[in-house]
Amino acid sequence: MAVGKEILDTLHALVDRDITLMHICGTHEAAIARAGLRSVLPERLKIVMGPGCPVCITPQGEIDAALDLVERDCTIATYGDLLRVPGTKGSLESSGGDVRVVQGIHKAAEIARREPDREVVFISVGFETTAPTVAATILSRPPENFSILSCHRLVPPAMAWLLGQGEASLDGFLLPGHVCAVMGYEEYERFPVPQVVAGFEPEDILLGLLMAVQQVREGAHRVENAYPRVVTREGNVKAKRLMYEVFEPYDVEWRGFPVIPASGLRLKPEFEGYDAQKKYDIEIRHVDKHSACICDKVLRGIARPSDCKLFGKVCTPRTPVGPCMVSHEGACKIWHLYESRRA
Amino acid sequence: MKVNLMHGAGGEVMGELLRVITNLEHNNAGGIGLESLDDGAVIPLNGQNIVFTTDNHVVSPIFFPGGDIGRIAVCGTINDLAMMGGRPIALSCGMVIPEGFEVADLERIVASMDAALGECGANLVTGDTKVLERSALDTIVVNTAGIGVAERVVRDNGLSVGDKIIVSGTIGDHGIAIMAHREGFDFGGQIRSDVAPLWPLVEKALAAGDIHAMKDPTRGGFANAINEMARKSGVGIVIEEADLPFRASVRSAAGMLGLDPLEVANEGKVVMGVAPHDAETVLAALRSHPYGRDAAIVGEVVEGSHVVMRTAIGGERFIEPPVGDPVPRVC
Amino acid sequence: MCIAMPAEVLEIKEGNIGVVDFGDLQQEVRLDLVDVKVGEFVLVHVGFAIQRLSREEGLETREVFRQVYAAMEE
Repeated sequence: MAVGKEILDTLHALVDRDITLMHICGTHEAAIARAGLRSVLPERLKIVMGPGCPVCITPQGEIDAALDLVERDCTIATYGDLLRVPGTKGSLESSGGDVRVVQGIHKAAEIARREPDREVVFISVGFETTAPTVAATILSRPPENFSILSCHRLVPPAMAWLLGQGEASLDGFLLPGHVCAVMGYEEYERFPVPQVVAGFEPEDILLGLLMAVQQVREGAHRVENAYPRVVTREGNVKAKRLMYEVFEPYDVEWRGFPVIPASGLRLKPEFEGYDAQKKYDIEIRHVDKHSACICDKVLRGIARPSDCKLFGKVCTPRTPVGPCMVSHEGACKIWHLYESRRA
Repeated sequence: MKVNLMHGAGGEVMGELLRVITNLEHNNAGGIGLESLDDGAVIPLNGQNIVFTTDNHVVSPIFFPGGDIGRIAVCGTINDLAMMGGRPIALSCGMVIPEGFEVADLERIVASMDAALGECGANLVTGDTKVLERSALDTIVVNTAGIGVAERVVRDNGLSVGDKIIVSGTIGDHGIAIMAHREGFDFGGQIRSDVAPLWPLVEKALAAGDIHAMKDPTRGGFANAINEMARKSGVGIVIEEADLPFRASVRSAAGMLGLDPLEVANEGKVVMGVAPHDAETVLAALRSHPYGRDAAIVGEVVEGSHVVMRTAIGGERFIEPPVGDPVPRVC
Repeated sequence: MCIAMPAEVLEIKEGNIGVVDFGDLQQEVRLDLVDVKVGEFVLVHVGFAIQRLSREEGLETREVFRQVYAAMEE
């Protein structure tokens, strides 16, 4: 931990103005919260969470689609993250259906092979880190009774949308280390803001912050790599190729956001047989965003959770509305926690 | 309001259900009763403190690396008695068995109950068995109750400022072993449950120094137990992350599963608050016993009302009691 | 975004399966997305190796910090 302290001291020496950096990764937020990192950062350096984990950005319509499949007596395989995410009528955990937690899609395919009389549907969430594992499994031709509900998202389009919204008090981004492990960081070089790829140990995150702060001080913007032991500029070429062999980008909605162009992944026509939406004629209804929910402003750092009319009343950790309250470390969830702690 | 899975998983949501179930006037036979929701009850009877406790056990799978439902049932009750300072005397066991359950499995379960009893000189003296149609029940349910005698009763609410917090060994072993086994993460037998009868260990610790409070960190894990002790004692606690003992394999598995090992169950550990001048002698006593060899001083009781952890990087964060059973995550 | 852990490849089996060690903990993972040899390190996410890791000392956080901080000193 010694190097962590050294980086921290350097950071304290360099932060000479108010700086707000955004990360867009639930795993970064979990690491920051677990290490209590915010309690040691310089007073004037803020790190805020962007739309970055499958739990908080999956819209209610997609959860409801999974619940429809439960009602059709499909066996649902899912990561544990989605069990308690609320749809309009309950969650997968409270559905009473045949819902099984799996470590990965290969385990879901195994269930389909082991139980040929069951219709198995894998709820396929996740970003560019996860999508290639789905592509590889689809290419290995799993059995007929296996299909996926594709809910994948891509990071760059969401960043482009956030930056395109105009006013946002953000000085730079920490890029998600494990998305970049797969995709590399070339595709971020088009954004005219300071960006640093960061890992997930406390000292990795501190190093990422230090490099971003240094760019802000120089008034420069480039993509730097604070996680070279894992991330290279071009990433995993084989994984990228497989991903785009099976999936194609399409316009899709994020929870608390409007439709973001080319920000989702769906199966290409030749893999239609594995598309649960087509196979079971499931329509992902657009559940209109709760009008008063201001998660997109909170995410852009131009509003605080307590500015929202729903906060703490309609929208609470046990009855979450927007992504910032659903996510186990979302801005509103943490604010609600500290609010209740101070009360 | 209907009962749901979250109600049964310890933590805050379970509290709401408990308020309904313990809403009884007749809840105290003298001494410590149902009102205090401690690990057990204490009934003073002609000069002796009778300690009394009961537990229902449902674990899936019923056989797992390091133990089975039989060993869990006996150890669960023995440990609840031990947490009150009670030497275990006699246990009862009620089983509800689904039609079609393998008798060979029953024999294995009873044999491991006997082994656990033998480790601490307790006896199973009475019981009951019911069989239900398969449609009504798909797994075996085991209830164990037990009585013991406590020379000096220890509660879970006796912490005072300055006490040292000691944990009797590595944290998270049982919960991660079960989770890995149940979710089909095949770590093989590399992670084993720590389920063990703790009376002999606790007896040594009680003899070595002044123990103000004890609790076994089962459902909700260390995070739940330490918060409950702080709340009931009306104190704050500071935990040093660097001093918390974890097995490397459990840390790796927790990292892989996206779980916080502080939030998963332990079935062979005790968390105790010890008077500062006795901390070293109690620690030595614990370490002299096989079930306590990894014991460690992990924190201190302070003024205030929250449990704060000082992290390795020098930061601070709250240790929150978990809401519902932890599930493996990918993000 | 994604919980992933480094692991050492101990053994490679047919059918694109690898036995890896996370640190006193072994498990079988899928190798569909990487081309690796025994002894090399991989990053594992949801049971798949998603990238091959280089083991050069120079890439460790400590070293990168030295380079970055040294560069700032000039």
